[in-house]
Amino acid sequence: MSAETVFYVLGGFAVLSALLCIVQRNPVASALWLVSTMFALAAIYVLLNAQFIAAIQVLVYAGAVMVLFLFVIMLLNLGRDSGDLRGRPARLAAVAIALGLLAELVLLSRVTPGSLSVLGGVPAGAASPMAAFPAGSAGLAAPASQGVVGAIAGPLFQTYLVPFEITSVLLLAAAVGAVVLAKRKL
Amino acid sequence: MLLGPPLLLSALLFTIGVAGVILRRNAIVLFMCVELMLNAVNLSFVALSQVLGLGGQVIVFFVMTVAAAEAAVGLAIILAIFRHTRSVDLKNINLLQG
Repeated sequence: MSAETVFYVLGGFAVLSALLCIVQRNPVASALWLVSTMFALAAIYVLLNAQFIAAIQVLVYAGAVMVLFLFVIMLLNLGRDSGDLRGRPARLAAVAIALGLLAELVLLSRVTPGSLSVLGGVPAGAASPMAAFPAGSAGLAAPASQGVVGAIAGPLFQTYLVPFEITSVLLLAAAVGAVVLAKRKL
Repeated sequence: MLLGPPLLLSALLFTIGVAGVILRRNAIVLFMCVELMLNAVNLSFVALSQVLGLGGQVIVFFVMTVAAAEAAVGLAIILAIFRHTRSVDLKNINLLQG
């Protein structure tokens, strides 16, 4: 099987489980379908040569975050059928808004620098996408020489060192905030 | 190299997440739909990182961190609301309605 075939199978699986996730009445079933979407996405990441991201997708998302969700669902005893889908007007609105957004995104995905130049050209001041990523395409050849993790660690600890350090402050604030919010009495 | 199909899949998953946010009233399921949207955006970052360099994968790393922090704080808020109203249905959460 070619990579394209595998991608389409996994993509179909991801879309199917995402749809089941939003229409399931039972929140536990909903969460489990979301886990299957995340596994399909992790497999797609491997196809796209992002093995490290695939590993932390499984560890962080399918592992930690979804376990947290399931834990809260079961703590609040929400497993029974609650029937929280909205009524007919909201369903029609959801379908209409979703279709509009999808059409817009599909149109947007067809935009390339070439098609922009037909419309009157890229403005002179507009930055090239390559400029937004200082690591640039220099990092593309890296996985062969320094391994998959090393290639990501390079930009992470050089170009993006300050955001990386701020992330640790964010995590500390989130942990303290979650404890304060969830505690009955301090 | 796969570039166009992953971007379309990402658009599709994001749309499903938006539809879920509009469709559901359960606050926890709503949060899961937001996670679905974050995942869709991550997929387009990974797909574009094949062309534009590994900066995209670093951004995915940051998005995952923020999503984990957001889930922890959000679920703590939902727990506090549940303790107050005995429900996580959005129709019972209208304190700010005035």
